[in-house]
Amino acid sequence: MSAEFKIALAGNPNAGKTTLFNAITGARQHVGNYPGVTVEKKEGIYECDGKRLKIVDLPGTYSLAAYSVEEIVARNFLLQERPRVVINIVDAANLERNLYLSTQLFEIGVPVIIALNMMDVAKERGIAIDCRKLSDLLSLPVVPIVARKGEGVDELMRQTAQLAAQEREWRPANISYGEDMDEILLTMEEKIKAASFLTDLYHPRWTALKLLEADSQLREAGIRANKKLYEELAGKVKKISRHTMRTLETTPEAIIADYRYGYIKSILMQGVISHQYDINRLYTSDKIDKILTQRFIGPLIMIGVLFGLYQFTFGLSALPMAWVTDFFDLMARGVNHLMADGPLKSLLISGIIAGVGGVLSFVPLIMLMFMGLAFLEDSGYLARVAFMLDRIFRIFGLHGNSVMAYIVSGGIAGGCAVPGVMATRTLRSPRERMATLLTAPFMNCGAKLPILALLIGTFFAKYQAGFMLFLTLLAWVTALLTAKFLRLTILKGESTPFIMEMPPYRFPTFKGLMIHTWEKTWHYIQKAGTVILGISILMWVIMSYPALPAHQRQALNQERQEIINSTSAGSTHRQEMLSGIDRKEAELKLKNSVAGYLGRGLEHVSWLAGFNWRTNIALIGGVAAKEVIVSTLATAYSMGDKVGSDKGSLAQTLTRSPGWTPVVSLSLIVFVMFYSPCFITVVCISKEAG
Amino acid sequence: MSKVLMRQMAKNQSGTITAVKVGGELGRRIREMGIVPGTIITIQGRAPLNDPVALRVMGGTLTLRNNEADHIEIEVED
Repeated sequence: MSAEFKIALAGNPNAGKTTLFNAITGARQHVGNYPGVTVEKKEGIYECDGKRLKIVDLPGTYSLAAYSVEEIVARNFLLQERPRVVINIVDAANLERNLYLSTQLFEIGVPVIIALNMMDVAKERGIAIDCRKLSDLLSLPVVPIVARKGEGVDELMRQTAQLAAQEREWRPANISYGEDMDEILLTMEEKIKAASFLTDLYHPRWTALKLLEADSQLREAGIRANKKLYEELAGKVKKISRHTMRTLETTPEAIIADYRYGYIKSILMQGVISHQYDINRLYTSDKIDKILTQRFIGPLIMIGVLFGLYQFTFGLSALPMAWVTDFFDLMARGVNHLMADGPLKSLLISGIIAGVGGVLSFVPLIMLMFMGLAFLEDSGYLARVAFMLDRIFRIFGLHGNSVMAYIVSGGIAGGCAVPGVMATRTLRSPRERMATLLTAPFMNCGAKLPILALLIGTFFAKYQAGFMLFLTLLAWVTALLTAKFLRLTILKGESTPFIMEMPPYRFPTFKGLMIHTWEKTWHYIQKAGTVILGISILMWVIMSYPALPAHQRQALNQERQEIINSTSAGSTHRQEMLSGIDRKEAELKLKNSVAGYLGRGLEHVSWLAGFNWRTNIALIGGVAAKEVIVSTLATAYSMGDKVGSDKGSLAQTLTRSPGWTPVVSLSLIVFVMFYSPCFITVVCISKEAG
Repeated sequence: MSKVLMRQMAKNQSGTITAVKVGGELGRRIREMGIVPGTIITIQGRAPLNDPVALRVMGGTLTLRNNEADHIEIEVED
């Protein structure tokens, strides 16, 4: 049995952390969540010289402050799980800024090995880095790598394994933050040591430093552990804060940050880094940006790209989606053929096969959507989209990145809210993300289109195209205004700072795209699959029970017998008459079921909007999946549930029915658009919202 | 030499940061990205609606909103 060591992988977003993680662990990774939050936790195993290294991918952060969920998660992992070594991936082309996170790792004192990534890009930019010197100055191993090509990864892992094998005490780096800060840190550290204040969890110097930075997590922990000492220390911090405000117009927190950068500069200036060109010279990526974010051409190209993504996703997925649907139809027909009529058969066909089929038919769509989205994100274009659109979306309390979720959900009519909701993952700010998540389902997704098309075609045939455009705009306006309303009420709060890195354009790696896509898709199948199955069985129950009373069934059978007696065998006339009875039975069954009672009960309220019980049942069914509305409506009007063939006649029935006017149909259109997302979406929303 | 707020800078203009006058989360976010006193920045461009602004810092590109840039004081050559 070989020894197993826990290793954490830390680094800035865009430093190539995921690429490195994939290069180290390959397909042997496990994706889960950190307890209690929706932040993804990836783990993988690497074996080297008889040692097992369990690699945990920490969320990408710029710092280890306690502001964002990602930072808290990363920090708690380091402090509570105490990994043997942290592999700190650092972008060589952005060394100075990337070392800010490293400095905070040094402050914690965990053994660190630096993986200096993108050495090729740095070289191209005329940046030369003396790895040995950097390693000497920081007293830790530095390994140059190119994660995309796998260069240097073996060496990195060899040295990591070596480091992990040594039992080392955690020793915080002694960084100077200026005379004032150093002095108070020392006094605080001594008091903390003397009272054993939180020393079981953190090093005294780190506790002192975090208290000085007014860290919220430490405040809570401190009050719980020893309120008296905490207040004494907090008093000291307050005093020095007043002093720095008076003399330097700044806070200790800011001073510490400035000194961290000072420390980095002092190291880099000792001959670690040399620039062949002017540091702010424009690279290819910046030249591309001159066009792609240009005032007039930029937005035009963006519209083209977004439309292209939309076409790619929905165009390419149509065929495989049809295959999946066909496959489940075939299965349903097979079951129909093989089993005797009865409740079990009905449950299998209408409950289980229809439910699972419904979930799985989304899989091709979700795969392609994530592939497209991953491409835009990994290439760096998504950051530009956010940059260009932020000003508009900010008016409604959203973020530039919200546009993706809206468009995929059906901002261009015909999308789907399920991948749309999942696309909000690219939003890093929690409040904006929540507002986007909750309003994206207002868009006209593909499943709403049949009922909209039916009603528009029936009652507003003259203005079809214009009407559809109007409904699309209506969806956007409603979603944006609701988002604004949410941000003014339950999701109140300052907008999250937009400070964002614009990563240089890169061509995404094929392996990265595939891993990313598969992960997300598998997640969807697992989570949605189980819940949806339960719900579709529930919907089946309320639409089939209680069964028709015996006397009604007898009456129907009698009618059937009469038809058989009065017509000749095999004639089409008999066939038609019989299926007429079948449809009547379906209608009566539905009317008699729980859903039927609900529908009729709701009539007392729904007449205000002009909906009769038949519409109500269809809408109840529509909560499960919007596709069901048209077919349920057809059943309720005794049209049979083969929608395709009867669509025309359903339209005719509606025009003839006394209760149906253009006004009623308009009210139904609006209701269908905004009443409730389908169950799959609801499941995804609650999963994403955590 | 004169001091201006980042919002007032023109495209392609460079300067040295002299102060970041904001605390809390925003202040920390600004600092952790390398926008600290003494750093040289260049305005790279602005979004189509003039906001946010893109700037070059330490060889990389960052974006921030104008109202966030208002907290940053820059010393520029006249």
